[in-house]
Amino acid sequence: MQIQEEVLQVLLIGIANGAIIALIALGYTLVYGIIELINFAHGEVFMIGTMAALTIVTWVPSLFGVKQAFTLPGPIVALIVLGSLVAAMVTCALLNVVVERVAYRRLRAAPKLAPLISAIGVSFVLVNVGLLWKGPSQLNFPDLLPQVDIFRDWLGINTLVLFTFKDLLAIVIAVPLMLGLHLFVQHTRLGKAMRATAQDRDAASMMGIDINLTIALTFLLGGALAGAAGAINGLYNNSAWAFQGFRGGLYAFTAAVMGGIGNLRGAYIGGMAIGIVAAISDRVIDARWTQVVVFGLLILVLIFKPTGILGEETTERA
Amino acid sequence: MNGQRRASLARFAPLLAGTGLFIAACQPAAQPSPTTAPAKPTEVAKPTAPAATTAPAAAASPVAKPASPVASPSAAAAASPVASPVAGGGNLSGTIKIVSSLPRTGSSKGQTDTIVNAYKMALAEANNRVGGATIVYEDLDDATAAAGKWTADKEAENANRAVNDPDVMVYLGTFNSGAAAVSIPILCRANLTMISPANTYPGLTKKIEGVEANEPDVYYPGGCKRNYTRVVPSDEIQGAAAAKWSKDLGATKAYILDDSEAYGRGIAVFYNITAPKVGLQVVGGPESIDPKASDYRALAQKIRGTGADVVFFGGITQNNAGKLWQDLRATLGTSVRLMGPDGIQEQAFIDAAGQAAENTYTTFGGVPAPKLTGRGAEWYGRYKQQYNSEPEPYASYGYESMKVALDAIQRAGRKDRVAIRDAVTSTKDFTGILGSWSFLPTGDTSLTTMSGSIVKSGKFDSANSVTLQAPQ
Repeated sequence: MQIQEEVLQVLLIGIANGAIIALIALGYTLVYGIIELINFAHGEVFMIGTMAALTIVTWVPSLFGVKQAFTLPGPIVALIVLGSLVAAMVTCALLNVVVERVAYRRLRAAPKLAPLISAIGVSFVLVNVGLLWKGPSQLNFPDLLPQVDIFRDWLGINTLVLFTFKDLLAIVIAVPLMLGLHLFVQHTRLGKAMRATAQDRDAASMMGIDINLTIALTFLLGGALAGAAGAINGLYNNSAWAFQGFRGGLYAFTAAVMGGIGNLRGAYIGGMAIGIVAAISDRVIDARWTQVVVFGLLILVLIFKPTGILGEETTERA
Repeated sequence: MNGQRRASLARFAPLLAGTGLFIAACQPAAQPSPTTAPAKPTEVAKPTAPAATTAPAAAASPVAKPASPVASPSAAAAASPVASPVAGGGNLSGTIKIVSSLPRTGSSKGQTDTIVNAYKMALAEANNRVGGATIVYEDLDDATAAAGKWTADKEAENANRAVNDPDVMVYLGTFNSGAAAVSIPILCRANLTMISPANTYPGLTKKIEGVEANEPDVYYPGGCKRNYTRVVPSDEIQGAAAAKWSKDLGATKAYILDDSEAYGRGIAVFYNITAPKVGLQVVGGPESIDPKASDYRALAQKIRGTGADVVFFGGITQNNAGKLWQDLRATLGTSVRLMGPDGIQEQAFIDAAGQAAENTYTTFGGVPAPKLTGRGAEWYGRYKQQYNSEPEPYASYGYESMKVALDAIQRAGRKDRVAIRDAVTSTKDFTGILGSWSFLPTGDTSLTTMSGSIVKSGKFDSANSVTLQAPQ
């Protein structure tokens, strides 16, 4: 394998992982943009998303009387994949709204630390829900996405670089979600209400905006994003684990901060940056040092540019 | 508003950075590796104090008679020099407790269920009696639901509980070598004998050059008499046999990975030591993986770059072996052989790795149940009949260790921890289901036969397992 191929391969691995991190980071940054709360439970909501998708992916084939989903005809497999994505998004959206109602709403006027601690509490509760639901082992998530080798099978390029349809899907799926979110926040009435709430809650309330509803909507969207990330993570990485939310959430939060929290594009760029740096570190240094490298980089970014790579966008945040 | 926001974010920066560093720093030390183990025993030694305080009361009663059923551990220890040896089990009476400490929660449960079945089977076949004494068995769990595997705290708790219960005479366990490093020092001070059905980390019983300088003495603090035995051969033999097997299969370049636990790291080191001796080139490692990582694609990429034709992973299923296998298979294809030790030779590994587990080579520090002969074959038949399922690899070792315990109690002839400990460690020419064997002075078994099994159609093909020998 030549050096260019090597570099390309590491970049591709990093970008695919980064895209998943970015997906989770979008939810963090959306909630922070509206109510300035770091929702530490977001990582666990993401984990519940993977579990919900796993449930669909293992339960539906059993209706057809088969053990493994990939033995079913193509269109049914596609429907199962779509169904698991939708199930995860709905589950997590509702879950996030309930969490907001139970654990954050009452604390909205309290000092900033109170909802933060409450969020950590919620994350412990959700980890244990995951443990009760699926047990403590790392689980196998059935491989349902087509494993087409893009360079060799589609483009006819003879290279050792491995880039499958699955990788491509993971990379591009965040883009429409991000665009949709952007359009929603910028060009709809509800989006306008969200921006108004973010700018000045009291004034927005005086203008007739239902603050509770708007914030609940924000959590609904954030949860749906976490659910989508959870389902995609399962489909892409083929594993599910009750503790995956901690690592996933921490990396995503870091990505959000690195890119400029409250900034949707920043979350995407931050996620990509972390994915690529982690892949390079895994490849060039030692896998054990990857976390040190990632967080070391974060410290550097925060020292020299405390608002993150893109900065916080106060006019266009959400 | 804007300024406020900046300020509030800036406050998070040190918090976040601190959290990150903290987590990164904790990672390698999360499991008590041999280096960190020594600290633990001294820490957990405190809870044994209550046992010591009960000693005067027991000692005050007329010097513990040889067969005294209530002898507290310390009193028994003090009394042993004057206790006259009694031959046979004739003086045994009352209740004697045997406890086991195994991970009963999490994915090891499948394996330990069959070990506990085997314990109960051995006990039932003796009608729960040795001489006039009734044997009561207690099944302790050293894993927590939250961790999904053994934890040092839980293991220390179990060991202290056994020490503080005057009826407990034998401690069967542990399953994980890291856990044994925690409980040996606690039990050693109380003269409580330990028989492990599954620990294979060599450093627990002997000094291995180039691994840890202070082993094994660190596990037997204050020069307390050896209380630890195991019925499975240890990993310097298994690691060496795995390296030789790799070479015999036609491999020339090996990449070695481990999960950074005492057990996994240990076996990887021995694979590494043996490889050059049998003509196998080590092109990378031993390198520790991050067991909590979400993927290992970049690592797999690096391995592909080295041209390795066999990858050996020293570790256990519970440290993300399933995901590691998926990524290695996806990147390396089916031509590169993937090999692991007994830590992944369980159904849970195949469930986690899915298709990627196919054609995985696994070694085991003994003989799989279907390959046992003589008494062993009879036992295998009885087991399948009684439990209507296949025993996992360590079940036969569980059965054997319970048999050894009962035999030692019989030979000791009295309910006394010191006498029973000495009887266990002096077990010689024991004829059981594994053949005829003895405990060496280190506490290791004299058996050295290893075996290798390959995963075929989602199962370990143990019926066609091969016998392995470590190179001399």
